[in-house]
Amino acid sequence: MNAMSPTQSVHTAEAQPLLEMVGISKSFPGVKALSDVALSLRAGHVTALIGENGAGKSTLVKCLTGIYQPDSGEIRVDGKPVRFATADAAQAAGVTAIHQETVLFDELTVAENIFLGHAPRTRLGFVDWAAMHARAAAILHGIDAPISTRVRLKDLSIAQRHLVAIARALSVDARIVIMDEPTAALSYKEVEDLFRIVARLKAAGKAILFISHKFEEVWRIAEYYAVFRDGRQVGAGLLADVDQHDLVKMMVGRDVAHVFPKGEPKIGDTVFSVRKLSHPTEYDDISFDLRRGEILGLYGLVGAGRSEVCQALFGVSRPGSGEVLLDGQPLVTRSPSDAIGAGIVYVPEERGRHGAITAMPIVSNMSLPSLRQTSRRNFLRMAEEFALARTYAERLDLRAASLSQPVGTLSGGNQQKVVIGKWLATRPKVIILDEPTKGIDIGSKAAVHAFMSELAAEGLAVIMVSSEIPEVLGMSDRVLVMREGRMAGLFDRQGLTPEILVRAATGNSEGRQ
Amino acid sequence: MSEITSARHIPDRLDSPLSAALRSWELLLVLVAVAIFIANSLASPYFLDPWNLSDATFNFTEKAIIAVAMAFLVVSGEIDLSVAGIIALASTLMGAVAQTGAGTGTLVLVGLGVGLGCGAFNAVLVTRLRLPSIVVTIGSMSLFRGLAYVILGDQVYKGYPADFAWFGQGYVWWVFSFEFVAFLILALVGGIVLHRTIFGRQVFAIGNNALAATFSGVHVERVKFILFLMTGVASGIAAVMLTSRLGSTRPSIAQGWELEAVTMVVLGGININGGSGSILGVVIAAFVMGLITFGLGLLNVPGVIMSIFIGLMLIGVIAVPIVFRRLAALRRRG
Repeated sequence: MNAMSPTQSVHTAEAQPLLEMVGISKSFPGVKALSDVALSLRAGHVTALIGENGAGKSTLVKCLTGIYQPDSGEIRVDGKPVRFATADAAQAAGVTAIHQETVLFDELTVAENIFLGHAPRTRLGFVDWAAMHARAAAILHGIDAPISTRVRLKDLSIAQRHLVAIARALSVDARIVIMDEPTAALSYKEVEDLFRIVARLKAAGKAILFISHKFEEVWRIAEYYAVFRDGRQVGAGLLADVDQHDLVKMMVGRDVAHVFPKGEPKIGDTVFSVRKLSHPTEYDDISFDLRRGEILGLYGLVGAGRSEVCQALFGVSRPGSGEVLLDGQPLVTRSPSDAIGAGIVYVPEERGRHGAITAMPIVSNMSLPSLRQTSRRNFLRMAEEFALARTYAERLDLRAASLSQPVGTLSGGNQQKVVIGKWLATRPKVIILDEPTKGIDIGSKAAVHAFMSELAAEGLAVIMVSSEIPEVLGMSDRVLVMREGRMAGLFDRQGLTPEILVRAATGNSEGRQ
Repeated sequence: MSEITSARHIPDRLDSPLSAALRSWELLLVLVAVAIFIANSLASPYFLDPWNLSDATFNFTEKAIIAVAMAFLVVSGEIDLSVAGIIALASTLMGAVAQTGAGTGTLVLVGLGVGLGCGAFNAVLVTRLRLPSIVVTIGSMSLFRGLAYVILGDQVYKGYPADFAWFGQGYVWWVFSFEFVAFLILALVGGIVLHRTIFGRQVFAIGNNALAATFSGVHVERVKFILFLMTGVASGIAAVMLTSRLGSTRPSIAQGWELEAVTMVVLGGININGGSGSILGVVIAAFVMGLITFGLGLLNVPGVIMSIFIGLMLIGVIAVPIVFRRLAALRRRG
């Protein structure tokens, strides 16, 4: 990994940066989000912005796009100080951002989405539809995206929507492009496509700020890096001068010894069996056994039906046919409450939508499924709720100011800890984790992985849905691969390689597309 | 795990309950109530008389009982606009039964039963057919009152049994009317259920994020079903009291009460989008509204002006916190 060198030459390294931020500070009541940070972006180069969640990356992006005003410091474009009072002002100065979840409009066409708010006009002031479609088509062609400008957005795949979002960013003649975790929702092949686009943008002389949690990506496309920790810039420079170990050390301020703390598993008897689980449209003929102390990885491309199977096991949806056995007894889960009662819990992929009630305090989130435990004859006992929340907060090394803090104010990794903690408090037999480390920083990731191993060691049976191959290989005892709703293979940990997984998941004998 | 895990203590809360109380909406409402109370006592020499104050409570207790039940529903993210329609239908059917010579016990059962039935009707449409409650209850508001008009036309039901009058006109002790005492007890029970029980916590969870509540094992539809039954029964109780107090039933009875109940709920600090608020706030808001309408009555302000006043108050209460939040946000962006 650390041997990889920047793909592009860096002969213009000494050129003046296109954009500079100097001494930027920004405070919110009770938090200093950024203190005295600096960042420079160079034309034709990619700068990777790295940092744990809560390190201040999002705040920096918001200062750069005119959503926040820094308390102090200066932003310079072409060496001239500028002030982005509004998002429009930032856009006019050529700064554009592609966010993790881009706001687009399902019912509008591709061209309308790209030019919403700045559509070309005829002399009479009406929308110049012909020009709009022509320019949209040109931009899409420029990024190698074969998408008709006349289809509605709702008929596109997630990856295609992403391309539209990129086209929209380019339609404003941006010189500075910010990509905030652009690969988070993309599959392997789609990431490759995205990288090709980034390379084109680079060639076109744009300055790109690339925010990512994935080191492989950073080394593949970036030349410069900037590392943030706790609202400060703790390192910046040429990626060629550092290795992954250095960056991790800068990010977390300590050595992260081993990312996958997989112990010697003590695997016991079968606790949970799934027999020929089928659904008319989502999945078909899924069977597996899960043993005490085992971590079963569930791998597949986005849309392979993994989450659907898990949600059926948790009682959110109903399978068409099939059987589930817990401790040898047939189990029917008509609702999540049935599943929880039986000892099966589910940490969903979408934390903010399904996992946590972000407006409510940590303590209420943690206790919600265990209220019977912390109450007496239906009457709540706050002291016991706090005690329960504290137990799991400390076990998971939660970083929070107080247990009464709304979950939404925590970083992604800490939100995930709350969701995992709330399920452990129910003392489950089987825990299903759906993309448990998606979008969380490396420190929290390591904590979640360590915790999974610990749970397995305590005799819990774990199902882990993941799209990250290193995670699947690093954590699982066995791996079930799904492709288009069917089982594409059940592999033992021994001798499993990324190629085998990708081949099974894509059905491609080459192992990659 | 690693050594950094140990001994990172997280406090329960940062600000003390006292300082939270000092910044609460409820305290503001109490100050408003006291101010109106003082203004009223200065405006009229008769205001401070205990019997006069007791009379003042009849202005709002029936609506406030509905508001307490409505508070649950609004916290859960739903609303019931059919409550006044339920009163009209319940009162009409009680009148019809009274014409056959039925006793007080039967009348009360009819009133409560109609409330329960109407609540169940709304509940089925919202939770089983998954229709939005605002649409369902606007429809059932017209439906229930329409049925009352069909049954009663332009007639009036009178001739309720003599002892039936106690529910709306009787006193439990000294100046404390049955209505007022019933309201206080129901509000206390409501407050305990919403803020101190598993059920109440689930109502808050649903109002904040119904999906996440489902994923946490909460039977969302079941809870909502119960909440619609509660507003139905509360409307039935209000129907018994109002019918008893007036001693007669017309189909136009309790016209417009749904908006007054919603005003109390929102004035009481319950978030109209669901998820937060307190019963205490609603109770204080009921007193504030009662004092305002009674004070305006003492000053001989006509009813039309009063309803303009209530309308302005409702808009003001919803708008003021939003405007303040925006101003604060603007200042922060500076």
